Amino acid sequence: MSSFIGRRSLSSGISLIGLIVLIFFLSRLTGDPTGLYLPLDASLEARDNFRVVHGLNDPLIQQFGRYVADILQLDFGESIRKARPALEVVLEAFPWTLWLAAVTLFCVTIAAIVIGSLAAFNVGGPFDRLSGMLSLAAASAPDFWIAILGIFLFSVNLGWVPTSGTGTVWHWVLPVSVLFIRPFGLIMQVVRGSMINALSSAYVKTARAKGVKERSIIFVHALRNAMLPVVTVIGDQAAGMLNGAVVVETIFGFPGIGKLMIDSILQRDFTVVLAAIMVTALAIFLMNLLIDLLYAVLDPRIRY
Amino acid sequence: MQTETAHVLEVKDLAVEFHTVQGRVKAVRDVSFYLDRGETLAILGESGSGKSVSASAIMNLIDSPPGYITQGSITYRGQDLLGMTGAERRRINGCKIAMIFQDPLAHLNPVYPVGWQIAELMRAHGVEKATASARALELMERVGLPNAKARFDAYPHQFSGGQRQRLMIAMALGLEPDILIADEPTTALDVTVQAQILELLQKLQAETGMGLLLITHDLGVVADIADRVVVMNSGEIVEAGTTREVFKHPRHAYTQKLIAAAPGKGALHAVEPSQDGSAPLLEVENVVKYYGGLKALKGASFTLMPGETIAIVGESGSGKSTLARTLLRLEEPTEGRALYKGRDLFALSPKELFDMRREIQMVFQDPTQSLNPRMRVEQLISEAWAIHRDLLPRAQWSDRVAELLLQVGLLPEHAQRYPHQFSGGQRQRIAIARALAMSPELIICDEAVSALDVSIQAQVIALLDELRRTFNLSYIFIAHDLPVVRDFADRVIVMQNGEIVEMGTVEQIFNRPQQAYTRDLLAAGLEADPDIQSARRAERAAHAALSAV
Repeated sequence: MSSFIGRRSLSSGISLIGLIVLIFFLSRLTGDPTGLYLPLDASLEARDNFRVVHGLNDPLIQQFGRYVADILQLDFGESIRKARPALEVVLEAFPWTLWLAAVTLFCVTIAAIVIGSLAAFNVGGPFDRLSGMLSLAAASAPDFWIAILGIFLFSVNLGWVPTSGTGTVWHWVLPVSVLFIRPFGLIMQVVRGSMINALSSAYVKTARAKGVKERSIIFVHALRNAMLPVVTVIGDQAAGMLNGAVVVETIFGFPGIGKLMIDSILQRDFTVVLAAIMVTALAIFLMNLLIDLLYAVLDPRIRY
Repeated sequence: MQTETAHVLEVKDLAVEFHTVQGRVKAVRDVSFYLDRGETLAILGESGSGKSVSASAIMNLIDSPPGYITQGSITYRGQDLLGMTGAERRRINGCKIAMIFQDPLAHLNPVYPVGWQIAELMRAHGVEKATASARALELMERVGLPNAKARFDAYPHQFSGGQRQRLMIAMALGLEPDILIADEPTTALDVTVQAQILELLQKLQAETGMGLLLITHDLGVVADIADRVVVMNSGEIVEAGTTREVFKHPRHAYTQKLIAAAPGKGALHAVEPSQDGSAPLLEVENVVKYYGGLKALKGASFTLMPGETIAIVGESGSGKSTLARTLLRLEEPTEGRALYKGRDLFALSPKELFDMRREIQMVFQDPTQSLNPRMRVEQLISEAWAIHRDLLPRAQWSDRVAELLLQVGLLPEHAQRYPHQFSGGQRQRIAIARALAMSPELIICDEAVSALDVSIQAQVIALLDELRRTFNLSYIFIAHDLPVVRDFADRVIVMQNGEIVEMGTVEQIFNRPQQAYTRDLLAAGLEADPDIQSARRAERAAHAALSAV
């Protein structure tokens, strides 16, 4: 087990290094941030000064060497935009995204499992058809459109929830609901397919021959066997959300990591972009590890 | 003679239909039988005979849709099962009527501990959790699982095939049911394990007095333990009676055919004079194959003469399939030599190996898997000519395919069909035609008839035998049961745990086995004759009693 985690960490570490190199140089290709931060009429001297302070005059390779040396001391550099350590800025935004993802996925998982299982239990029945239609619509709905429609309907017209920002529980309702829709459609379909498979298996036949109640056949015998592919898809969706639900965070002015990254990229705030990528990469690595461990918990035949 | 309510279980005029795309298919028609406590009734039939559907109907296990019971009644102690609600049926399932299945690995839930699964049967019928667990442990001991306590929390994949079937039996016995339905309980097991499981079932039946409904295709199993037998064919009962009556004096043509087809009854092959002076076709010298630390094959040596058939017999894990695969270079040997016409197969260059592959062909166990479902028969057979281009000009392909199809007992017009349009036996004929396409001198048959029904098995063996005489073929015939081999092979090699235990002519192996293991295998094999089986049983009992003293 520990050797598995070790091997996994090593290979993830190598990918992370590759990612840092790639992002560092790619982001530099977007140009010099000086013009974005100084007033249009700033003197050449002031511009030069800005470049020196932020080390933008040095050759790229030297900038990179300095960056790597700093990272090794856990110093991710200063945000140009906020004039604060980049890591601090990122760690401020990250919990918002983490919570948004956690709350959304929790709701998605519960709803998808219950509805998907019940649909699988009576394939072709009215419930299966209705939920199938809804999930297909959900999986194909564009979230920016749903988000704007949601604001228009529930905030502007009905005034039930605030349009954007944070502060109360009500501020969470719209972002979570919008983020919920697509993964729900997808995961419900996976649960349904996987459950149909499990319910037609031989061990379910045995359970019926034993006189086990249908409820425990679905939720005890079939569900645990059906969970493996579901866990994979949930992990995949979670990775997407941890990267920041860019569209939803931007529309709802939600101060998460997606919004932070977009802002930083537009402002060429390179240090923040890199720090944000590293933090999310670490989070995704941990989550994938968690999923692998979850496999072993769900299925005793899987051992690392 | 029998009064209406006297029987514990009674099935009357049962009809089951399946609604398919092609329309309604009657799987079972007018099926009637009864079962009382303490007796064993076998439902004997080949695949598609409706025997399993009949059993599933009793347990309410027919998936509906597509299956519907259209007629008839099933009564348990006078209560009509078909008129009951789902909840009422559930109270009878597992408690009064229990069932075990063919493939215990698939039928045990892979993600729950076995002890939990055994106890679940009792919990489902209201037994309190702690009592159920304690009783589950007792049951595991009772069915002869070694070290039951330590393995209570183990998972199904951690047990052997025979042990898993014991677990299924333990589970079924949890509430001492009146009736145990066993659907092909020993089909997936090795012969010696099969004998143990049948023994266990009989012992438990004697102890609990339950009625046993045995669903099987195996005449030997029926002859061994059934009191009465019902023979089914194409959804109907063609004959019913006591086992001795049906086996000794079959009245229906189908039963007669089935009993005649049972392997292992013909005269033993007279050892054909091994053409003196002619060089052996294949000399296998000390072939060894290790998979990492696993010693699958610990050194096998034998020779095969031209036109000879050698059978390699062994249970699972004996190394027989590894040997075949190694000879074909589908696996690389760890050590050893195999001289085919004097040239070492294991030392061939890729080019030489390519040429050699024409001369040695293989027929696999399951033709459903070994034939590509998306290729027509013509493509399947002619594929080899597309690979070995110099063998046959393209213009002659379709004529040759037609010829081959005729040789294996199919029709030329079958060439344009796909494998799924054929029955299992026909598919195996296609696989044989494919092997013949290369005009090989040696065909290795890996369990080539094991997946087929008995009557089909006999036909395919007859075909192989005929082809041997026509083309002077040699066979290496790999099998897990001895009776099949008896009618067909010249010599027999018995393998166990990666080693050759005994080698000899059929006559030597069957009439004068030297090794204890060979004798065990022979004794465990079931003859389709109730008299022989009961004699053997008595002998075993006497033996056991003797060793107990």
